[in-house]
Amino acid sequence: MPPEAEQSDFTPTWQFLNPVPRGPVPKAPEESAQPEIELTIDGRETSVPEGTTLLHAARGLGIDTPTLCYLESLTPVNVCRVCVVELEGSRTLVPACSRKVEPGMQVRTDSPRVRLSRRMVLEFLASSVDVSTAPELQAYMDEYEAEPERYGPPGPAASDSVRDNAVPGHHDSPVLDAAETVEQPVKIDNELYIRDYSKCILCYKCVEACGEDAQNTFAIAVAGRGFDARISTEFAVPLPDSACVYCGNCIGVCPTGALMFRSEFDMRAAGTWDEAAQSETDTICSYCGVGCSLSLHIQDNEIVKVMSPLESEVTKGNLCIKGRFGWQFMQQPKKEADEAQEDAQASE
Amino acid sequence: MDLHLTSDTPNAAEQLAVDSVLDAPESGFISDAHFISGEAYAPAAGHAARANRHLLLPVLHAIQERIGWISPGALNYACQRLTVPPTEAYGVATFYALFSVQPKPPVVAHVCDDIACMANGAETLCAEMAERFGAPGSAEQDSNLTWHHSPCLGMCERPPAAMVTAAGVTPSTTALAPVGIDEIAQTLADRGHTNKASEASTSVRSVPQAGSEELRLLRRVDRIDPDDLASYCGAGGYRALERALDMGPAQVVREVVASKLLGRGGAAFPAGVKWQAVASAETQPRYMICNADESEPGTFKDRVVMEEDPFAVVEAMTIAGAATGCGKGYIYLRGEYPLALERMTNAIAQARGAGLLGSSVLGHEVPFDIEIRRGAGAYICGEETALFNSIEGFRGEPRNKPPFPTEVGLFGKPTLVNNVETLINVLDIALEGGDAFAAIGTEQSTGTKLFCLSGHVARPGVYEVPFGTTLEELISLAGGVAGNGRLQAVLLGGAAGTFLTPQELALPLTFEATRTVGATLGSGVVMLFDDSVNMQNVLLRIAAFFRDESCGQCVPCRVGTVRQEELLHRLVADKTIGSVANEIHLLNEVGQAMRDASICGLGQTASSAIESAVARMELFNGKSH
Repeated sequence: MPPEAEQSDFTPTWQFLNPVPRGPVPKAPEESAQPEIELTIDGRETSVPEGTTLLHAARGLGIDTPTLCYLESLTPVNVCRVCVVELEGSRTLVPACSRKVEPGMQVRTDSPRVRLSRRMVLEFLASSVDVSTAPELQAYMDEYEAEPERYGPPGPAASDSVRDNAVPGHHDSPVLDAAETVEQPVKIDNELYIRDYSKCILCYKCVEACGEDAQNTFAIAVAGRGFDARISTEFAVPLPDSACVYCGNCIGVCPTGALMFRSEFDMRAAGTWDEAAQSETDTICSYCGVGCSLSLHIQDNEIVKVMSPLESEVTKGNLCIKGRFGWQFMQQPKKEADEAQEDAQASE
Repeated sequence: MDLHLTSDTPNAAEQLAVDSVLDAPESGFISDAHFISGEAYAPAAGHAARANRHLLLPVLHAIQERIGWISPGALNYACQRLTVPPTEAYGVATFYALFSVQPKPPVVAHVCDDIACMANGAETLCAEMAERFGAPGSAEQDSNLTWHHSPCLGMCERPPAAMVTAAGVTPSTTALAPVGIDEIAQTLADRGHTNKASEASTSVRSVPQAGSEELRLLRRVDRIDPDDLASYCGAGGYRALERALDMGPAQVVREVVASKLLGRGGAAFPAGVKWQAVASAETQPRYMICNADESEPGTFKDRVVMEEDPFAVVEAMTIAGAATGCGKGYIYLRGEYPLALERMTNAIAQARGAGLLGSSVLGHEVPFDIEIRRGAGAYICGEETALFNSIEGFRGEPRNKPPFPTEVGLFGKPTLVNNVETLINVLDIALEGGDAFAAIGTEQSTGTKLFCLSGHVARPGVYEVPFGTTLEELISLAGGVAGNGRLQAVLLGGAAGTFLTPQELALPLTFEATRTVGATLGSGVVMLFDDSVNMQNVLLRIAAFFRDESCGQCVPCRVGTVRQEELLHRLVADKTIGSVANEIHLLNEVGQAMRDASICGLGQTASSAIESAVARMELFNGKSH
C-alpha cells in the first residue's frame, strides 16, 4: 500500500476542532399560525388554537374541571368521566379532557346535568373503592356533595385471588344489604412497592406509564371485564416474575395511593407516616449523566419516598429503578440503627 | 420490543394450535426444543410479527378450541409468535366469556337463561342441569365436561336454547334449540358430534312467513339452497351487484342516500351518510365491516338471514365495498352462531371461486374480498369501535367518538360499518333505485323491517313488515298472544329497549313514532310476556346482563350497572334503604348518569328497559307482580 494512501485515511483528532466553514445559520421553521377557534363556555366567549381540548379552553377562562384519569404526560383515556361537560347539540355529555374544540361550540361546565354525573361518578368510585389515600378525589366529593353511603354499607372483602380469577360474563348475585366493593388483600411481592387494588379506580394511568406513554415495559395491563376489570400481570403472577423493571413510574402517576412505596406503606401501617412533618428536597440524581430531577420526600431526616416533578424537562415525572429506589445507601434503615444502638448499649 | 415471558412452555398440541393460524415458524429457534423462556428475544420479532397483532383473537380461538383452555405456556408461545406482551394478551383472553385462562373441561354446555328462554322453560332446564351435572361451573376432578348459564344465544324463536362447545382435534360448536336435558346430555356425551340434521330442519320455523310473495328481504328463505351459489343466482342473486358495477360507485352511493335507509343495528343512523363519508375519504386502504355480532337479548334476525340467505350478505358487502372504495371487508360474526359461520364461510368460498370476490370482482377493475372474524362471547363487541379493537387484537373496549369510524376506524383507517340487515336492503336499492325504496314504509322510516318475535307469542320467528305496521298488527301476524293469552308487557328493542304495556299496542312501528313515546325499535326485538311472568325477575336478569357485559372501562357503566342491579334486588326483596320512592329516585339518578356520561351505547342504554318498566308498569307500587 503506498504511504500516501495510508496518510490520507488518517485524520488527526485535532482537525475536528478547527473552525468548520460556515454557511447560513439554519433557522427553525416559523410556527405556522394555528387557526383560532371561537367557542362559548359558560356563556363566556373565548378563542383558542385549533386542537385545544375543552379542558384547557376552560382552564384558560379560569374554570376548574375535576379530572382523575387525566395527566398532561399521558394520552387521555377519558374513562373516569368526572370531567364531563354539557355540549349543546350532543345527546350525551362529553369528556372535557379529550374533546377538541370546534367552532361555535356552546359548552356548559356547571349545569345540573354535569353536576349530577360528576356527583354520581364520585359516589360510584367512593362506594366501591377505598379512597382514604386519595385527597384529590375526597376534595371533589365535598365539592359535588357526593354521598356514597346512599348505596348501603360496603360489602365483604374478596378473599385472596378471588378477583384475580373472576370469570368474564358471570357474577354472584349481589349481597342484599351492602354495596359491592373491590376490597381485596394488598399485593406485597417485592421490597420496593406494594399494590393495594382495594384503592384502584382503574384510571389506566399506571398501564399507560408502564406501556407506550413512558416505560415501554408492558408489565401490567387491564384484565377481566366489567366490575371485575382489574390491573394485572399475565396470569396475575407476582411482580418479580413479570416484566416489571421497578422504575416506579406507575407509582408516580397513581392518583389514589393504590401503588405505594413500601417505605410509605410500612410507615402508614406502623402509624408513623406524617405528611405534615415531611419536607421535599429537589436534587439531581447522581447515578448517571442524564440528570434526572428528584424530589426527595424527607421525614425525620430520612428519605421516605422519591418522586420526580411532572414539569421536569428531563424526566416528565419518570425515573428508573436507581433514581426511584436506590437511596437506601443514604441512610441506615431506622430498625438497623436501633438494633446497632441496642447492640452498642448491650456491649457496654 | 423485548418480551419478558414466564418460564411456562407450551405443549405440542398448543404449539400446533397456534401454528395452525400463523403457519409454522420460519425460524427453528421457536420450536419445541428451542422455546426460549425467561428473558426471551423472539427471533420472529420485528415489524412483521407485530403487524400480525390482529391475529391474536384467531390464535386464542385456536388454543381454546384445541385444548379447552388457554394455559400460561400456550399464551407465552402465542405472545412470542406475535410479539405481544403477555400481560396484554392475558388482558384480551380474560375479556371474552368463551375463553378460559383456568383449566376447564373440554366439553362445555352453555345453557341460555336469558329473558326469552326464561319465559319458556329455561329455569326448569337449568334446575335439571344442576341436578344431573352439579352446580354451574363445577366439574368433577376427572370429569371432561361442565356447564354454565349463558346470556341470550340468539335462538329465541325456539326456546329454550343451549350451545355445546367441545375442544379437541376436531372441535365442535353445536347450537341446540329447542332443547331438553336429554339432548344436552347426549351432545355432551358424544362431544358435540351429534347429527345436525335436526338443527337444519327446525330452522324452517324461524321465518313463519317464508314463501309469501310480499317478502322482500326474506324472499329467498326456503326457496333456495343456502349452500349453493347457483341456487342463489337462479333466484335473482348477483343481479344487484351487476347493476351496481354498471352504475358506478358514485351513483350507488347517491341511490343509498336517496333511499333514506337507516341503520338496522339499533342506532338508526342514516346509511347514506356513512357511505358518502367513506367514499369521499382521501385515505387508502379503507375497510368495510359487516357487523354480525348480533347479541342483543331477543335478537336473531341477522342469524336467520346469514343461515338462510348467506350469499345475499356477501353480495351486499361487495356492493358496499365497491361503492365506497374499500378493497377489504370483514364480517365480525358472533361466536355463538355455528351454522351461520358454516354457511357464510361456504358462501364466501363459493363466491371467491366464481370470481365474485377477489382481485377483479365480476371482471371489473374492482378488488374486494371478505374475511370472517369470530367474536368470543362479548356483547360489547357489537359496538362498532369495540369491534375494531377486537379485530385488531386488543380488548373490546369502545373508543371515544369523535373521531368517527368513517374517518378513523379499523387500523386507524376510514371504515364503513353496517349491520347485516342494513346491508341486505342495499340489494333492492341497487336494483330498484333509492326513490323506489323510499316509497315503501313511511316518510322517515323507509323500507321494510325485520322483527324478532319471541316470548309468549303463538308463532315466534323473524317477520318482515313495512315500517308503519302497528305493534298490534305485527303480533296478530304472529298468531297473537300465547302463554295464558293475557298480555302483561311487550319488550320492544331488546334489553337496551323499552317495555310497553298492552294499552300501547296501537303504536306504529317506525323510528319516529317510537321516539315520540320514549321507546326505540332497537334491533327489532318484540318479546311478549303473559301475566304469569314475574316481571321483577325479568328486570333482574336484564340488570345482571348489563353488569356481565359492561367492558368495565368507564366508571358510570362499570359501577353503575352494579349499583343498578343491587338497587333492583333491594326493591324486589323489599329491603330498601329508606323508602321505595327514595330507591326509585336513586335508580333514576344511576340511569341518568349512565345515559349521560358513559362512553358508549351499552352504558347509555343499560337502564333504559329497567327504567321504562319501573315507570310504565309501576312495578314496585304493588300494582303488579
